Order: sequence, then structure tokens, then C-alpha cells
Amino acid sequence: MPGWYVEDGPESDVVVSSRVRFARNFEEYPFPSKMTREQGQSVLNAVRDAVLNNSSAAKNFVFIDIQQMSPIDRQALVEMHLISPDLAESQKQSGVLISKDEKISIMINEEDHLRIQCIYPGMQLDQALDLCIKVDGLLEENIRYAFDDKYGYLTCCPTNIGTGMRASVMLHLPALTMTGYIRNILDACSKIGIAVRGLYGENSEASGNMFQISNQVTLGQSEEEIASNIKNITSQIIEHERSLRDQLYKQNPYRLEDKVLRSFGLFTNARILSSEESLKLLSDVRLGVNMGIIKGISTEKLNEIMLLIQPGYLQKITGKPLSPEERDIKRAEIVRNKLGCSI
Amino acid sequence: MLCQKCHKRIANVHFTRVVNNQKVEMFLCEQCANEEGQMGFEAPLSVSEFLSGIMNFGNSAPYVNLASSDIVCEKCGMSFQEFQKIGKLGCSQCYRTFGERLKSILKRLHGSAQHNGRMPKKVSESIKISREIERLKELLNEAIKNEEYEKAAELRDRIRNLEVK
Repeated sequence: MPGWYVEDGPESDVVVSSRVRFARNFEEYPFPSKMTREQGQSVLNAVRDAVLNNSSAAKNFVFIDIQQMSPIDRQALVEMHLISPDLAESQKQSGVLISKDEKISIMINEEDHLRIQCIYPGMQLDQALDLCIKVDGLLEENIRYAFDDKYGYLTCCPTNIGTGMRASVMLHLPALTMTGYIRNILDACSKIGIAVRGLYGENSEASGNMFQISNQVTLGQSEEEIASNIKNITSQIIEHERSLRDQLYKQNPYRLEDKVLRSFGLFTNARILSSEESLKLLSDVRLGVNMGIIKGISTEKLNEIMLLIQPGYLQKITGKPLSPEERDIKRAEIVRNKLGCSI
Repeated sequence: MLCQKCHKRIANVHFTRVVNNQKVEMFLCEQCANEEGQMGFEAPLSVSEFLSGIMNFGNSAPYVNLASSDIVCEKCGMSFQEFQKIGKLGCSQCYRTFGERLKSILKRLHGSAQHNGRMPKKVSESIKISREIERLKELLNEAIKNEEYEKAAELRDRIRNLEVK
């Protein structure tokens, strides 16, 4: 399996992935919500051609027509963070260009004509930004962007205007969550214009202690300023999380080891696993691996499992739609296989 | 009542989501509701609802009396009232059409209304050129004032060349 999640990244004991996306629009067409079918098709063709007619980029990208995809395949792409939920539900002429290493995805006719997204494992926001700028430059050769001297890149939603940039990092914060200190972090972030979300949506408890941190302000700051803001805040959160993990361990090593290893036992032996339960267990196992309590399992392996056990991806690799019960059984089977449990 | 998705467990969650601007209501069991939420489709939070809250705040300000003067964008047909409801614009022209009203919203959202980041190469070149023209015009005035007519003629030609671009 290719993709960013099978690579190791810096600070991967806390930071799962770093992502940057640029929102861009064509000057000559209305935004997707006000487009005619023909205009939608023109945008789709223009972007596809801009990439696939470029000899060096063409080798590296695959074009996917969203309209031609089954709901399961769409959902799997959402779970891989390669397309947004909005694009998956789109009724318009929409598509996506994905690079072979799955680090770049260019969504076409989402809320904006273009959403360029780059994702890296671990703390690599600068790398993600650099790559986004490169892709943006490539597209700019053939596309006239909607741009205003004062307001910058014009977007459908005023919350994206200016740089059109959203920088986000996905963090695994079990110790902050266990001790309740996560509340302070959330409060502090909201005061300085930083958004915090769960893995998928708002229910953070259910999503395995995963939190997504991103900028809200897009106008008035440069791309580098936005990225360095997120980096600064992230490095502070990393420090808190690590020191809390140490404290928890020192306070009562048996208790933490017991918690982690019980979860490991359940995770690798269960025959039925709901996605909620497995994300919770996976979080404990991840903590155990990061703290050296569980040995011989890599963080990349856990990233891979996190993807494989999502409902859409699970059905994609099985090759057929599954009922919730069938999924729970299949999920448990995959976990046992991946973690090499022979029972 | 049984869950409308799995038809097996008792429904105890009232699940609402917006699909293509249509409100869809479902009665689900806790597990199905969680799965719905985790599939990544529209979480209950709605940016546009939040946004339209911010924007309606502008409504009560005395300087914007919307009921009497709604503006409509010529290019895409979006009205300012429609924009306030959904929180999204229809085309790039809307930003010019809604001018000052939008500017105050942008200031509230971002604390600034002046872009400070990257720009398309073509734009940055044209901005560079217009700044260079401004600079040369100042030198030209200086030269005329000092009666350096040869220098002035040369500057005038350089300005003309740049203006052609």
C-alpha cells in the first residue's frame, strides 16, 4: 500500500499528519454552487488538462471522476483524507487528481473550483506548504485565478479568502484527554483563532483521542506566518502531552501498563469490533507503542490499521457492501491479521 | 421506535444533517448515529449557520438597512440577503458588488481586510510594473522641474514602454 501513512514522520509519537490546502477559483466562471453543467465540465476539463498535459506531472497523477465512483469508493477516499466529505456527496461535475504517493490531491468543483491539498506524515507542515506552492504554480500557468489586490484569492466562503490556506495537524493526545487538561488547550486555542476538531466531526471522545488543529484566519497573514503559528502552538501541545505521559507513567507504572496491555489484548483477540471501540483501543495501543510498553509494532503500522478499519475502506477491500455486523467481524479479523496474532 | 438505519435497535438519537441545503431528519440508535457521524459526512456543526450569525449581527447596525436596499450581483444573480442566509458567495464579482458591506464582515472574520500573502505570477508582475511606472513618473517630474530635458525624454520613453505591457 503506498501513501503517506506508511512513512515515518518527525514527532510521530504525537503528530499523526500535517496538511495544507489552498482554495482557488477560476476568474471567468461563477463558483461551483452557481455554475451550469457546461461550466462545471469546462472547469473539470481545464484542470485535468493542465495537469495531465504537463509531461512531468502527468506521470505522477491519476484523474478520478467522482460521478463515476461507487458510494463505497467515495467514502474510502474521504477516510484516506484525499477528498472532503462535501466532494464525496457532490452532485456536480466533480473530480480529483491524486498523486501516486497520495501526498497531493487536487479536488475539482468542491465548494471552490480548486482545492489543492498536500499531506505528510508527522510534523512536516513546511514540506506540505512547499509542495502546495509548487502545485499551485503548475496550475497557475494554465489557469487565470480569481484574485484581488486587496482581498487576495477570492473564495466561495468569506472564511477562506486571502491566502485560501488552511494548515492543519492531526494530533494524538491521550494523556491530555485522560487528565482532562485538554479542556484548557481547547479554550486557549479558541481564544487565539485556532480551530480544534475531532478526527471526523465534533465527537472527540469517540474518535480515539485524535484532534485536528487548524487556522481560522486566512486574510492578512502570509502563508508562512499561518504555518509557523500552527507549528508554534503544536510544539507547545506536544511538550504538554509528552510531559503528562511521563507523569502518568511515573505516578503508577502498573496502572498505565495495565490499561495499555489490556487494550492490546482486547484489540488483538476480539472477534467483533465496532469502529468506536476499535478507535478507542487503537489509541491505547498507540500510546503503548509510543511509550515503549508495547514493542515490535511501528507507528506506521498503526496508521495503516486506522485507515483499514474505517467503514468505507473496509468494504472497499472486501469488495462488497457489508452490514454493520459483518463490518464489525471483518474489522476484528483485519486487526488480528495485521498485528500477527495467530489465535 | 426502531432505528431507521439498522431497523434492529431502539432509536434514541435524533439525527439531523443538511444535504444539498435540504434538512434530513432521522431517528437512529446510538451506534448507527455514531457511525453516521464518523463516516465524515456533515457533522452537526455548521460553519455557514455560524457565519450567517456573524453576518446578521451587521444587520442590526444602523448603517446597513437591508430591507430597503438589497443588492444583486449582475454576474451570478446572488443577492446580499441570500448571501447572509447561506454565508457563501456566488462568484468573484460578488466581492465587488457587495463592496463595503462585505468588507466589514471580512474585518470581523479575519481582523484584517488586506491580503498579505502570495499572489499569482501574472498579477505580481503587473503590480511590479505599475509600481515601477509610479517611480519613474516621480523622477520625470523631478527632471522637468530641474529642466533636464534630455533625461526627461528618456524617462518618458521608458514609461511608455512599460505602459504598453
